[in-house]
Amino acid sequence: MSALLEVENLRVEIAARARRLVAIDDVSFSIPEGEVLGVVGESGAGKSVTGTAILGLLERPAYQAGGRIVFRGNRIDNLDGEAMRALRGREIAAVFQDPLTSLDPLMTIGAQLVETMLTHLPIDRQEAWTRAHRLLAEVGIPAPRERLQSYPHELSGGMRQRVVLALAFCCEPKLIIADEPTTALDVSIQAQVLDLLKRMCRERGTAVMLVTHDMGVIAEAADRVAVMYAGRLVEIGPTSEILRAAAHPYTQGLMASIPTMRRRGGDLLQIPGSMPRPDAPVPGCAFHPRCSHVMDRCRSERPSSFVSGASLAACWLAEHGAPAARPRP
Amino acid sequence: MGFLISRLGQTILVLFVAAFVSFALFRYVGDPVNNMVGQAASLADREAMRQALGLDDPTLLQFGRFVGQAVQGDFGISYRFGQPVAQLLAERFPATLELSIVAMIIATGLGIPLGVWTALHRGSWIAQALLTLSLIGVALPTFLIGIVLILVFSVWLGWLPSFGRGEVVSIGGWTTGLLTWTGIKALILPSITLGVFQLTLIMRLARAEMLEIMRSDFIRFAKARGLRRRTIEYGHALRNTLVPVVTIVGLQFGNVFAFSIIVETVFQWPGLGLLIIQAIQFADVPLLAAYLVLIAFCFAVINLAVDVLYAWIDPRVRAAGMGRSAA
Ligand SMILES: Nc1ncnc2c1ncn2[C@@H]1O[C@H](COP(=O)(O)OP(=O)(O)O)[C@@H](O)[C@H]1O
Ligand SMILES: [Mg+2]
Repeated sequence: MSALLEVENLRVEIAARARRLVAIDDVSFSIPEGEVLGVVGESGAGKSVTGTAILGLLERPAYQAGGRIVFRGNRIDNLDGEAMRALRGREIAAVFQDPLTSLDPLMTIGAQLVETMLTHLPIDRQEAWTRAHRLLAEVGIPAPRERLQSYPHELSGGMRQRVVLALAFCCEPKLIIADEPTTALDVSIQAQVLDLLKRMCRERGTAVMLVTHDMGVIAEAADRVAVMYAGRLVEIGPTSEILRAAAHPYTQGLMASIPTMRRRGGDLLQIPGSMPRPDAPVPGCAFHPRCSHVMDRCRSERPSSFVSGASLAACWLAEHGAPAARPRP
Repeated sequence: MGFLISRLGQTILVLFVAAFVSFALFRYVGDPVNNMVGQAASLADREAMRQALGLDDPTLLQFGRFVGQAVQGDFGISYRFGQPVAQLLAERFPATLELSIVAMIIATGLGIPLGVWTALHRGSWIAQALLTLSLIGVALPTFLIGIVLILVFSVWLGWLPSFGRGEVVSIGGWTTGLLTWTGIKALILPSITLGVFQLTLIMRLARAEMLEIMRSDFIRFAKARGLRRRTIEYGHALRNTLVPVVTIVGLQFGNVFAFSIIVETVFQWPGLGLLIIQAIQFADVPLLAAYLVLIAFCFAVINLAVDVLYAWIDPRVRAAGMGRSAA
């Protein structure tokens, strides 16, 4: 079975003054139809850049320096601007972090929905308004007919993010890149919006790349989890297995932080030290300065991805197939 | 509606303050009696004059009278010209207003498109050249631009007149130069001179705003929605850019109107600016006081217009019932 989306050896560089910084380094993963792939990692790990690259929206100084992005069997990273635009919003849609700023403040939400549908779908204006009305009702906006005429500022943050979801789903895309879709919302509405996203995807068989730094969101919504660290993919596998018995020491650290995450507001993890930035790369395994299992070769040799159970882990401890450490207590 | 009423209230308050300053100027700068009857008049004459003018009445009563007369367009007699001040201002007002409006139309009509274009074609050499040119426009003193234009188009080429308003047509007391060929020709150089600085200002502002908007989240999301480039640039980015630009255009219009003095001097344009220079030279207090009220009135009207326009463009302002407060 060929996957809906395949990212192969993606490399994204950032042109800085005299040199090129590597923001994404040799990242590969795939998303089958209808799957929710959670992508986690500390802030600055490269989650958003990866999503942006898939959408074909990288902007100077960032650019794709290597690898391929294949969607439904066709390479899309080398499409011309117009072909990629036609795909965006139609086949691959996006939901960004901040619903307060995602909508054009001078346009009614109905007009924004209609405009998006008329751009991509062979329907007339009246049909588009009908669909816009249905969509608002579906995402749970009260009095949808009146709300079509509302401006974004007249809606609360949670309502606006529901509108953003309606916009993402309005052309029935196959894949949604959701970059921290609930992070900016009130804790009390985060779960509602996440449930809505899950439900709409399940009903339509839409796949999602769900970027978050909230392990709680992952546990709740993701079929599989990809863990990113310093621009690399360090582990990817089924959610249950990652939660139960992560192979990579970094992932284990993330998992250990879940109980505190539940209280929110707490830091993502308790691993001492900080993640290397693109302008100060670390030789060998990028995690080795913080790793409690560090070995000599970790300092000089970069581990490739090794099979560990149903997961892949980029860690020398997983080289021989054994999970790196004991399951979490 | 509530929005409009609160705005009108503020406007009236501003006018009231301006009227008070103007009244204070009129009443307490120099001695009005001295100014009118001259040093030679006898003491008895002076006293009669004071009585006649009501200068011994309480200040508040005098101010009330001043406002009452001002509302009827009566600002007294000019010391210098011996004519009613209102009549003098009314004669000169159309010339300055036409000059200012044409200058702002040039500045806005070119400034916004150029600003937007240079923002969207950042990096192209034409955009760079335009930006450099606009810097020169900001730096050059207005009178120099005027003199150079006169030199080229009047002295060397002989295409356009270097002074005056040309023939004017009077329509219901309003003299316009827009209906005669010589009137239009006479307007070209002064309005360009007056507009150049505004043009560069508006262009640079529109460019900066457009760049800012193009980086904003909702434009990024519009791209993620797969909208066409034209729709994003002109349907979304430009409209959002216009919100702050409209404000500046309005405020600058007030400035252009109030500070057309230099251009009117260079081109001997028979407008308010020239009149006021003479009024200042002769300490023509009634004329100055009335001019002050007139300028305040113009600013107030412009601000009101900007607010209404602002609310029309931006639904957030409409809803809040309160715009940005005018400068
Ligand atoms: N336009 C840019 N210019 C410079 N650095 C960038 C740019 N975009 C991203 N980066 C860098 O790339 C790295 C990954 O960023 P990002 O993908 O936003 O992280 P996150 O995982 O938090 O979403 C960060 O170190 C960030 O500083
Ligand atoms: Mg991010």
